[in-house]
Amino acid sequence: MPFHEMFEPDGPLRPCYAEVQSWVERTGIAGLNRRLEEAEAIFRRIGITFAVYGEGGDPERLIPFDLLPRIFTAQEWRVLDRGIRQRARALNAFLHDVYHRGEIVKAGIMPADIIYQNSAYLAEMADFTPPGKVYSHIVGIDIVRTGPKRFEVLEDNCRTPSGVSYMLENREIMTRMFPELFGQGLVAPVDDYPAELLKSLKEVAPPACKGDPVVVLLTPGSLNSAYYEHSFLADLMGIELVEPADLFVDEERVWMKTTLGPKQVDVIYRRIDDEYIDPLVFRPDSLLGIPGIFNVYRNGGVTLASAPGAGIADDKAVYIYVPEMIRFYLGEQPILDNIQTWQCGKPDECAYVLEHLHELVAKEVHGSGGYGMLIGPKSTKDEIAAYADRIRANPSEFIAQPTLDLSTVPTLGPAAVVGRHADFRPYCLVGKQIRLVPGGLTRVALTEGSLVVNSSQGGGVKDTWVLQD
Amino acid sequence: MLSRTAENLFWMARYMERAEATARLLTMGQRMAILPGAHHRDEWRSVVRATGNGSRVFPEGVQVTESDAVSYLMLDLDNPSSIRSCLLKARANAKSARTMLTQDMWEALNEGWRKLDSYDVGEARQQLPALIDWVKTRVMTFRGAAHSGQLRNEGHDFLRTGSALERAQMTLRLLDVKYYVLLPETEVIGGNRDHYQWTSVLYALSGARAYHHVYGGTYTPWQITDFLMLNRLFPRSVAYCYDQLAYRLNRLAGWHDSRGACHETVRQMVTDLEQLDSGEIFRVGLHETVQSGLRMTNRLGAEIARTYHFG
Repeated sequence: MPFHEMFEPDGPLRPCYAEVQSWVERTGIAGLNRRLEEAEAIFRRIGITFAVYGEGGDPERLIPFDLLPRIFTAQEWRVLDRGIRQRARALNAFLHDVYHRGEIVKAGIMPADIIYQNSAYLAEMADFTPPGKVYSHIVGIDIVRTGPKRFEVLEDNCRTPSGVSYMLENREIMTRMFPELFGQGLVAPVDDYPAELLKSLKEVAPPACKGDPVVVLLTPGSLNSAYYEHSFLADLMGIELVEPADLFVDEERVWMKTTLGPKQVDVIYRRIDDEYIDPLVFRPDSLLGIPGIFNVYRNGGVTLASAPGAGIADDKAVYIYVPEMIRFYLGEQPILDNIQTWQCGKPDECAYVLEHLHELVAKEVHGSGGYGMLIGPKSTKDEIAAYADRIRANPSEFIAQPTLDLSTVPTLGPAAVVGRHADFRPYCLVGKQIRLVPGGLTRVALTEGSLVVNSSQGGGVKDTWVLQD
Repeated sequence: MLSRTAENLFWMARYMERAEATARLLTMGQRMAILPGAHHRDEWRSVVRATGNGSRVFPEGVQVTESDAVSYLMLDLDNPSSIRSCLLKARANAKSARTMLTQDMWEALNEGWRKLDSYDVGEARQQLPALIDWVKTRVMTFRGAAHSGQLRNEGHDFLRTGSALERAQMTLRLLDVKYYVLLPETEVIGGNRDHYQWTSVLYALSGARAYHHVYGGTYTPWQITDFLMLNRLFPRSVAYCYDQLAYRLNRLAGWHDSRGACHETVRQMVTDLEQLDSGEIFRVGLHETVQSGLRMTNRLGAEIARTYHFG
């Protein structure tokens, strides 16, 4: 049986859930389900949706929300907090290294081709140091729990981890609907996040910036699936939400077009992909890009957050080496474990994977969002055989991991509280300092036994509580 | 403020205003269609025409039915003035300028934004009064949310500029339709039928009660024209809208410490209108006066876009 976060293995309630348990008993399952409908109506009215393309039906879908919070004790959080910060530091050190001397390769710890043959590696970034040596300013680390004291990192997201708006909105709706739960001050607040993000972004202003940095958030536009989040964050930070066409380059600086004429921009929190940033440097067919912006960036006229090329650090093939990075760059022991991972690019590991595919989870190295993966135990013989053929055709494009005994969190069902698998994504902010609000996004698989929590595939979200001592 | 944001606010207000105006036109059409002899007069054609672009869709000589009008004005996505088009576009503008809206303004636009998707013409005709009320409530809630919650910064001025411009145009177009369709040459001005048609215009602009209070219950074409063109207290009159435009554009000039062609044009529009009285309007010709008003408002819209770097 997987670890249930609300109940000890032998059945009794874990103390951190006492408050929630008594609230469930007071309100009743039917009562909670009524409140859930209210909550969804509020989400819909506010417009907390994500866009789904090409599937017909509602073009703007609600992410299912679950009323029961996922809880970390203060003690659990201390471990997570240290582990997350450690990982964010190591990943940024790694990014600086691969775009400079490549010590980790020279030391024989990582093979060169994993980095330099990787499509996420941008040769254009070589020998350039972004302000504060920060490459990934928001590091989203996906963590699963596999036992009472065991947390493992599923993957790192160094480019543009999304979902933080749900962390904030889920809390907002919970405090709106159940103020009594928060009255005792047991739950650590997360609403500092936008202010902390703005501070972090201002701390990495470019050398050319004099005075208070002008920070903007760059979105591809209102059709983007995460547009709600973009506008929400810009709003909470009190900064302009710009689209690429609002920006242009002139005289070594970046400007935005305003009703008063051009206004200088210092820091761009960009939520568009590397390859679309600058058609002069990357994809010439990009209609989104801002011509010349990369050159301004390299000359210290503007800061791009996150840095182009940061994606190399969240590649699944690179992930395997993060514990080594922590030892190598920081001289520390890793606080959070990696999940055991086999690289199909290595012949002996590939042989093992092909033999055990029916019990493993196999993933494409560059895939994301739960697409293109195979969950061995839940697949048919034919599916496994077809996937094996794909691996054999292109082994270095695949990795595999054991199917984990993921913990389950209490989730509201129609008639009872049920256990569902969940993961957790905290958002670590990196400026001159490292900042982490106590919380993150808990994603939950709403189908019994399912391990897929991605919102693109029917997963839901819930509020995450870190209890104060 | 980003030029794109200003543009979105300006157009969002225009589309909301237009949605409401189209809803009122449908009410006017229904009122007129139940008057005696309605089917000889092709009342729905005049309604469609008042939106400014119906003549391409409905060729002369073929009767425009209520069903045609409801489909075209309420539901048709190919018609940029249909209520459905307007509400969808207003929401898209709002979404792009979301950081400039209050939560209440956004909710007013976001609630039920796909409601009209599920209607076909038959259902829409059946529930026309309820749908029209729904549209009016949406627009008034939106307007109220802006009125009571939005910062009085330049964003608010762009919003109000958009709605004043749209309103002026709608009133002008209605007067023009009156001239074309409701003033047949054979009819004596001031005749009985004329009376109904003029009052229907007042109803379409929610001005019937206000008109009574100002003119004491007698309907004459010149008084009604005076009311809709020149009355400075009626918020849908051309004069009132021009005053608003001048006021809002002046505020924008203040924010930006600079003036453009649009400021010159709006000053001219206000001055020209001040020279007029209703007698003068009928001497010059109502049609000519209205046409020149429409030309000026169109020009003003283009100049506002240039001055503030839209597009």
